[in-house]
Order: sequence, then structure tokens, then C-alpha cells
Amino acid sequence: MKAGSNLEKVLEGGYFAVTAEVGPPKGTSTAVIQRKGELLKFYCDAMNVTDNQTAIVRMSSWSGCILLKEMGIDPVMQMVVRDRNRIAIQSDILGAAALGIRNVLCLSGDHQRFGNHPTAKGVYDIDSIQLVQTLKTMRDEKKFLCGEGISGEVQLFIGAVENPFADPFEYRVMRLAKKVRAGADFIQTQAVFDVGKFTKWMEMVRDQGLDKQVHILAGVIPIKSVGMARYLRDNVSGISVPDEIVIRMEEARDVKEEGVKIALEIIDQLKEIDGVHGIHIMAVAWEDIVPVIVERAGLLSRPIL
Amino acid sequence: MLISEQKPFEEILDYVTKDRVIFLIGCKGCADGCESGGERQVLEIKKRLEEEGKAISGFSLIDMVCNEALTRMKLAAYAEAIESADSVLVMTCGAGIQTVASSTHKVIHPGCNTISSGHAEWKQAERCMECGDCVLEFTGGICPIARCAKGLLNGPCGGSQGGKCEISPNLPCAWQLIIERHSKIGSLHMLEEIILPKNWDPSLKDGSPTQRG
Ligand code: SF4
Ligand code: SF4
Repeated sequence: MKAGSNLEKVLEGGYFAVTAEVGPPKGTSTAVIQRKGELLKFYCDAMNVTDNQTAIVRMSSWSGCILLKEMGIDPVMQMVVRDRNRIAIQSDILGAAALGIRNVLCLSGDHQRFGNHPTAKGVYDIDSIQLVQTLKTMRDEKKFLCGEGISGEVQLFIGAVENPFADPFEYRVMRLAKKVRAGADFIQTQAVFDVGKFTKWMEMVRDQGLDKQVHILAGVIPIKSVGMARYLRDNVSGISVPDEIVIRMEEARDVKEEGVKIALEIIDQLKEIDGVHGIHIMAVAWEDIVPVIVERAGLLSRPIL
Repeated sequence: MLISEQKPFEEILDYVTKDRVIFLIGCKGCADGCESGGERQVLEIKKRLEEEGKAISGFSLIDMVCNEALTRMKLAAYAEAIESADSVLVMTCGAGIQTVASSTHKVIHPGCNTISSGHAEWKQAERCMECGDCVLEFTGGICPIARCAKGLLNGPCGGSQGGKCEISPNLPCAWQLIIERHSKIGSLHMLEEIILPKNWDPSLKDGSPTQRG
């Protein structure tokens, strides 16, 4: 075991993992996080706390993680390289490790132009692959980027993201390989709507033997409304929603139920793909639906290890 | 004026390890003024590379390498010598190196680091942000510092779609261009290497102010 987190145990134990996403509040209420934690506690193996997602300022990921940890939940701390240089990053990692946060997910982060401070200076001192490598060095060699030694253990289960729907398609697997070489233990992918394209990507992943070196969790976003389906299709770069899904939502009598059905169908197909070791549910502003989806997908109860 | 300085010879030698025949390009503009890539420096590098057992198929000194039309025209006269070379070593500022990269399908190597533009307005597509630690060697002669919205050294990010950058449909994704260029010249394997965190210190923008000259 590298970190001994629940997520690591579930994945290393060969179970099909379920993780969920918790967005922290645009304020100081601990109750927001606690309520989401309470709601999802028995329906997933770990919970990601996002890091100023879409560059909108929210409560920090690490503080959300601590709140979840106090409730006995295994948190995944998300960390983007947009807002911190290598000094702040390594310092935050030491703090997180000291306080018992064992999973860290490394991301580039959406460009600051998308957020509520579009005039901010983007940091991007190191990129997400270099971040993965930095964490691995901190954990395995107990060294900072500069080469100086670290006192104490830095127990981390290192995650990275990959977007099989971004371009250039053929290069995405090569980039995944780079992340694995850098030291990623698990991957959470962008939300899958186009299962055909994802299946093709997984084939390429298996051809390179990468599924044997890293745990891949496929992203799932339940769609709540017709507007959201259209928005995801038209406005979110890096997500590809087939027209067919939008049409199904438009024609549905019970729109929310249709959204759940679509998510369940996608999960069913994902479970059958060789090398997919779990799912990561990002129910943006619709956390209540996660228990329903996990239960109806036949993914209960979650292993207690 | 763009201020550049020659990369250490060992670094250049490292870039050309696998190349037998090299074509050299210098600039009679800024690089000449900075003594980083004028006639004297090009001849000097020619001699040193020959001492290391490399063959130089020719060299060209262009008035302003950053002027793409001019550079294309000048290089046309050397088509054969360039064709017979394994690579082209460009002893100019980052803008000049990128102009050469977009004018030839040969592998290019940067011979200089660009430190400062003296606040010149650079309107060309090939841009340089004077980072002072040129990485064009690894990125197919297209600058990820100036042209990728996140300055990623191991791109592209997950927002790259249809060749465009996530921040604007009018902005090409620099990493898409880098991958296309590497694929075209058969050097995509170079991207398998993880580029290590960058030394930002020589950059006037992001490092500390330093007295120069
Ligand atoms: S890497 Fe880019 S910014 Fe830096 S010197 Fe080279 S061209 Fe200029
Ligand atoms: S889309 Fe391309 S150019 Fe834009 S930030 Fe991402 S990698 Fe850089």
C-alpha cells in the first residue's frame, strides 16, 4: 500500500470503485459539505472535493477534505496548478499529508478567464504532469523538487485526470502514458456520454498495457434538465454529448428520470469495458441523485475494508 | 531590439547528438547586435561543431530572420544544403527560431535563449515571451510559453478541441500545432519524455529583476 486510503484499498482489492464529487460552498458554511458528506457517505468509496472549479472562488479543497475526514469519509483533494506555484503546492501537500488526506488528484485547472476573476494572473509554474511527478518524488524519495529532503512520511495515493474526448484524439493515450510514467496511481476521466469513442480510447489504452499500470475510473455526469444537456453539448469544452442524448431529454415526459436512465445505461456499458476499474460521479448541483444512481446501478453495498 | 544570448555549447551539442549534417542560420539583425547569432558567432559555432565531427552543409545569414517572407525567400536559395542536413541550428531569438520552424520541415534546434524584447511589439504569429530558457528544442519549434494559454510544457490540456484553445475559438491550440509538427517531421517520440519544471529565473517577467549588461 502506498497510502492506505480507502480508495486505494478498494481498487487494489479488485473492487469496482465508486467515487463522487463534492463542490464546496462559495462561503464559509461547513454544513454544506457536511450535508453532502452525510448524503453520500454509504454510496461511494471516496469523495473528491473540487479546487476552485471553473476558476470560481470557493472554500478550499483541503478544508473540505478535512471536514469529510472528520466524518469518517475518505477524501480526494483536488489540486490545480493554475493558482499555486511549486512552493505553495509542496507546502499544501505537506499540510494535507500531515492532516491525514491520502488521495490527491492533479489537474491543470480551467483557465482563469472562465471564472469570476477573469483578470487574475494564471500561475502555471508547473503543469499537471510535473505535479504528478513532484508528488511521486515527495512520497517515494522523500524529497522536494529542489532535491532537499523532507522529514516524515508523505503518504499519497496519486491521481490524475484524462479527457478521452479532447483533441488530438490519437495523442491522448500517449499523454496518459506520460502521466502513468510520471507516477499516477489512478485516473479519473472526463464525463463519458459518447461510449463508442470511450471504448475506442480504452482499446488504445489496453494496447499499450496501461490498464495494468493504473486504475481508470470513468467519469459520469447525470443530466438533470434539457437545458443542461444542451449546455454540456454546446458550451463545455472537452465534453462531447451526442445529439441523440439531447433529443432523448427533449422528448422525455419525465426529464429527470430520463437523465437517470441515461446515466444508468452508460454505467452498465462502462462496467463491461475491460480495464475500467470504477466510476466517478460528478452530479453537479444534483448530489441527491447519487444514492439513487448507485443503488439502481447495482453498486451497493460498498465494500468495508 | 530582442536580446538573446547563446545557449551553452554543451547544451547545443546535446541537441545535435544524433545529427551528422547540420545547416546553420544566423541573423544580421538583433542577434548580430547581441553577438549571439551574427556572422562571427555562426562561423565560430561552425568551427566548434566541425571539431566535434559534425558536417556543416551550409549556413545562411539573414537580415531579419523573424520576417517570414524574407526568410522563406533566402532559404529557398539553400534548399539543397538544407535538404541534405539532418537538422537546422538557428542562432536567433525565439521569434526567429519559430519562423524557421514554420518555413522548413526539418528538425530545428534553438541555439540561443531570448532574454528580453526591449518591449518591442511582436505582432507575428511566431511569438516569444523572452523566457530566457528556450524549450523550442522539445516542442518542434513552436513556443508553448507564448502560445499555450497555460504555458504547459507537457500539453495539451483537456480543453483542446478541434484544434482550438479552450479559452477562445479564434486561438489555435499551441499543443495541437506542436503535435502536428512533430508528427509531420517524424519526431513525435520526443514528446514521450516528460519535460521537467522550467527554470523561470532568467525570465524578466516572472523571475526577479536583474541588472543586465
Ligand atoms: S521557449 Fe518560447 S518564450 Fe522561451 S525563449 Fe524560446 S521562444 Fe522565447
Ligand atoms: S487548449 Fe491548448 S493552447 Fe489552450 S491551454 Fe490547453 S493546451 Fe494550451
